[in-house]
Amino acid sequence: MTEIQPFVFLGCLDLNELLPHEAHDVRELLEQLEKVPVESVFCHTSAALLHRPVLAEAYPNDFALWVGTEVRDVRLAERLAAVDAFHAGSMDRVREELIATISDHLQHLGAAPPRTQGKRFRFFQTHLVPVPTGHQARTLVEFRDALAEVDVSALFYHTIEARYRAGRGRGDFAEWIGAALGRADLADRLAHIDPHAGSLERIRDRHLSVLSDAISGEEGA
Amino acid sequence: MPGALVKIDDYRQVAPRGTVDFLMRIGERLRGRRLAHVSASRYGALAESLNRVVPILNDLGVETTWEITIGTADFDQVTRAIAKGLAGTEQVITDSMLARLRETGADNAQRLRLDADLVMVHDAAPLALVEGRGEASRWVWRCHHDLSAAQPQLWNALRPMVQRYDAAVFSLARFAAPLSIPRFIVYPSIDPLSERNREMTRSEQAVQLDRLRVPRDKPILLQVGPFERQHDPVGVINAYRLVKRHHDVRLVLAGPPPAPGGDALGDVQEAASHDPDISVIVLPPDPQVELNALERAATIAIQKPLKADFTIEVATAMWKGKPVIGTIAGGIPFQMVVNVTGYTVETVEGAAFRIRQLLSNPELIGRMGAAGREHVRRNFLVTRHLSDYLALLAHMTR
Repeated sequence: MTEIQPFVFLGCLDLNELLPHEAHDVRELLEQLEKVPVESVFCHTSAALLHRPVLAEAYPNDFALWVGTEVRDVRLAERLAAVDAFHAGSMDRVREELIATISDHLQHLGAAPPRTQGKRFRFFQTHLVPVPTGHQARTLVEFRDALAEVDVSALFYHTIEARYRAGRGRGDFAEWIGAALGRADLADRLAHIDPHAGSLERIRDRHLSVLSDAISGEEGA
Repeated sequence: MPGALVKIDDYRQVAPRGTVDFLMRIGERLRGRRLAHVSASRYGALAESLNRVVPILNDLGVETTWEITIGTADFDQVTRAIAKGLAGTEQVITDSMLARLRETGADNAQRLRLDADLVMVHDAAPLALVEGRGEASRWVWRCHHDLSAAQPQLWNALRPMVQRYDAAVFSLARFAAPLSIPRFIVYPSIDPLSERNREMTRSEQAVQLDRLRVPRDKPILLQVGPFERQHDPVGVINAYRLVKRHHDVRLVLAGPPPAPGGDALGDVQEAASHDPDISVIVLPPDPQVELNALERAATIAIQKPLKADFTIEVATAMWKGKPVIGTIAGGIPFQMVVNVTGYTVETVEGAAFRIRQLLSNPELIGRMGAAGREHVRRNFLVTRHLSDYLALLAHMTR
């Protein structure tokens, strides 16, 4: 019988670097989106969970949020909010979708886009430094218990960063549970947890709920 | 010094779940790396923060020192003028003043122990130290002030010096000046275990409020800040007057003794003189306990400056569960979640409207206050600040 490789929980430190790119209106936003490193697109879409409070009613990425609150172009804000960074496949694809959405909007606008009366859009990129949390698991129960305890950045690192930037399959949790524990059904359920659930803590709660259900099912069987 | 006694474990009771263990793991990963902070003083807001951060970093296993530059009396005048010029107040900065900055930097570079993996130089006074840097260490300039309106000739003279650093760190993106080196953003923080923010019993609060002669018979509106026109204390009084037509409240304006010249204390005292429900409190030196008591006694905190630095007072009030009504100056809107932890306003009338709205809906005060405390727990405690500095150390020395 082969020994199960433990799951090692890593958290991450994040450091925000201000880039020399900024926009005062939607046309400038479009121009800068074409120039910035793709890591900046990640920072303002998927990684927004790391650096701003998540409100149920707020747009899910920084571009939509800025266009909605500062430029006050609700139509474009709604369309940018619909660009789903979690299902696009790659950050390059997300950038393409954002650019196509803004280009199309500008084509139909017919007039010069309004300049923001408030804050300009400043582009950032996030540097992540992975750090072992000291938690590891070999069984489902150990995995669930460790997940309840780890720093919340581990949720970001193993789900969002793994899946949407580093390209590690369906995320580290689902991959390990599927491969190491042979629980394809459970891996599937974890992989389907919607990152739009809200904050990282809410994403943690959803994972814990799925895992606890599976553990109760095992115990009841 | 109370900061020296605090250990990272003490923060378990206040930091978000898992944070302290995670910081300890980061410390293990970075064990053996050395960080040197350099500032021009052991006093003031920056020193308060370093007083706490330096011992905890050492407790985490990162060998951290804090060096202080020294200069002559005329050097202090030079650095004061440079600080004002960088803040946007036109100054006469001569070549000999800039030469003094360089000479003092060179003198201190000979004297200080700067053999660390990362040297973090705080603010403008020790800026010129970098001219004597070796290549073995990485150097970061930590600017705590707003450079967005810096006097152009002065900034043109200092920018080449700043660009000899490997990176610069600003408190807000809007405070950052254009530079050819990487620029990182690290928000300031509050220490939940300091005298200013620690839990306080009702009886201790009562003692402090009695000493400050603040009755506790009505809801209290509080603004903490200097009695200077740019903090608009008179505007706050005018907002209070609009509120007073509908709600029986007190207004407390508390600030340090005014600096010579250009202060608004006289106007404030005059405006307050006919109303016993307005308290104008000139705070004693190091008023940490007094401010703790005042903020805990407040019903609503107000921050209505017209121009501001980061204004961490917003976070200190939110940590005590108070909704904040603030302007959009400096770092105020970046500490709040607008409409969730408080409101941003642009006028006296706007401030009065939001205060009335809260006073008429007491359940909203509780809800916003609780949301504010949680927001600060995640984003503005010293534990987050430590994590940022450790990220910087890891990133810059990788």
